[in-house]
Amino acid sequence: MVKINFIEADGSETELDVQDGWSLMQAAVSNGVEGIEAECGGSCCCATCHCYVDEAYLDKLEAANDKELGMLEETVAERKDNSRLACQVKVTPEMDGMTVHLPEVQS
Amino acid sequence: MSRPIVIIGAGQGGLQAAESLRSAKFEGSILLLGDEKYLPYNRPPLSKAFLLRECERDQLTIRQAPVFEKKRITLETGVRVEKIDPGNHTLMCNDGRTIGYEKVIIATGSRARSLPIANVDVEGVHCIRTLDDTLKIQAELETTKNLVVVGGGFIGLEMAAVARKLGKVVTVVEFADRLMARVVSPMISDYYKNIHESHGVDVRLNAQAGEIIAKDGCVQGVKLSDGEELPADMVVLGVGVRPNQELAQEAGLICEGGIVIDHKGRTSDPDIYAIGDCTAQKLSDGSFLRLESVQNAVELAKAAANDIMGNDKPFVAAPWFWSDQYDVTLQMVGLSGGYDTAVLRGDLGSASFSYFYFKQGSLIAVDSLNQSSDHMAGRKLLGGANSLTPDTAQDLSYNLRDAIG
Ligand SMILES: Cc1cc2nc3c(=O)[nH]c(=O)nc-3n(C[C@H](O)[C@H](O)[C@H](O)COP(=O)(O)OP(=O)(O)OC[C@H]3O[C@@H](n4cnc5c(N)ncnc54)[C@H](O)[C@@H]3O)c2cc1C
Ligand code: FES
Repeated sequence: MVKINFIEADGSETELDVQDGWSLMQAAVSNGVEGIEAECGGSCCCATCHCYVDEAYLDKLEAANDKELGMLEETVAERKDNSRLACQVKVTPEMDGMTVHLPEVQS
Repeated sequence: MSRPIVIIGAGQGGLQAAESLRSAKFEGSILLLGDEKYLPYNRPPLSKAFLLRECERDQLTIRQAPVFEKKRITLETGVRVEKIDPGNHTLMCNDGRTIGYEKVIIATGSRARSLPIANVDVEGVHCIRTLDDTLKIQAELETTKNLVVVGGGFIGLEMAAVARKLGKVVTVVEFADRLMARVVSPMISDYYKNIHESHGVDVRLNAQAGEIIAKDGCVQGVKLSDGEELPADMVVLGVGVRPNQELAQEAGLICEGGIVIDHKGRTSDPDIYAIGDCTAQKLSDGSFLRLESVQNAVELAKAAANDIMGNDKPFVAAPWFWSDQYDVTLQMVGLSGGYDTAVLRGDLGSASFSYFYFKQGSLIAVDSLNQSSDHMAGRKLLGGANSLTPDTAQDLSYNLRDAIG
């Protein structure tokens, strides 16, 4: 289990124990964390699972592929350097303790 | 106590409707009734990643049980609604209960269509609609050698792609003269025929399954109407769906190949809404739009919940859809049927390109292959006014986003 801390736009925090191999999106959605819509269920086809990952962990994440980068071009909330689609980030033990911020709007 | 809002069908749309009622500050009770035995789950992976065992069963579940409690949504699985009595504002369930309602949202989805041919119900003939369907197929695939897919639509072709990845001998039998003919343009159909053939699928167009050949109750093959016999130890039917509209029909609601609704999910009864696959949306020109997509279920759910709460938020966005086959993702936005001009943006040989479709000079749809950026631009462009022309659309040096507004 990997500890991930989700912080919603209003500041509310949820710390979750996430199973290795699950995506950040699956962890947040299945536990009812608001602030992620994930309309396409993780197929990298909706961009409503936009999140901001902890800068300190950026190099521990597999880089976004072209499909994800293309989808990130049209996020509703501001796209930043640490923007990712939560469904495309698979949790690994190196991410233990990582914080993920969620934007105010997804669609 | 006041009567609940009852949602019939705990699928993608039903779950969203319940949650949207809560986000719109509905404080009364919400009863979500579903006849499947599972918590609401994502269907698209049933013919994609999950079928290929690339994700686990738990990962299909949208929300775990405690979330329903937290949101005060009463979810009852394994319960089938058998009748709606609009006069008395009651529902009858298969467990004998009669439940009073304030409003009903029908989110009963659709069911896979079968074929009126001999032996369709023998062992080894499947369709893909539910988790149970995919679990059965997964188990049988272990020993399957020859698969015949009847129907060259999205689900059938996704099944074919998965089976090829698993090394099965795969034949696709399609009645029309091209693949996915109902939704995509001939150019995309041809491109996909090539992809499947290059992965070793035997694609038969203009071919009709005449009967299933069976022995001792098990499938042996498919006999085409021209007499040819294709050996098969598994047959998957991907020949479309039928809307689950019977409850509504029997309750006297207007149905036209789907429960007729407007862009807020309102039916002909003011206290009954319907959303998702079971519906047919009546457009302003009097025609009916039947969509089978997650977006349609989710967005109509939001619109209906908002209408119940007195908020005017109709579902008006351009329809979008996707399909994963092999390593190609096809993303569609808008409806390309009836286009008069199509232009290619990008290079067919690069396996990453888009077609832009125009009708009388206006953009009506974009199909993108491994080109998610064009797809997202297409959604923006189709979401409002735009100045895109066929010339600018095919000019790679032109930034599509400059045509917005
Ligand atoms: C294999 C497969 C792949 C797909 N791939 C994609 C894709 O890539 N992209 C996409 O956008 N869409 C895809 N779809 C379509 C998408 O899943 C559907 O459009 C969507 O699920 C529709 O949601 P819904 O709520 O209307 O119906 P459903 O999700 O089907 O839910 C309806 C539920 O109601 C239940 N029910 C029916 N009658 C009753 C009753 N009387 N009482 C109680 N419960 C009842 C049903 O059993 C079901 O559980 C796919 C579908 C399938 C089957
Ligand atoms: S869930 Fe749709 S892009 Fe991530």
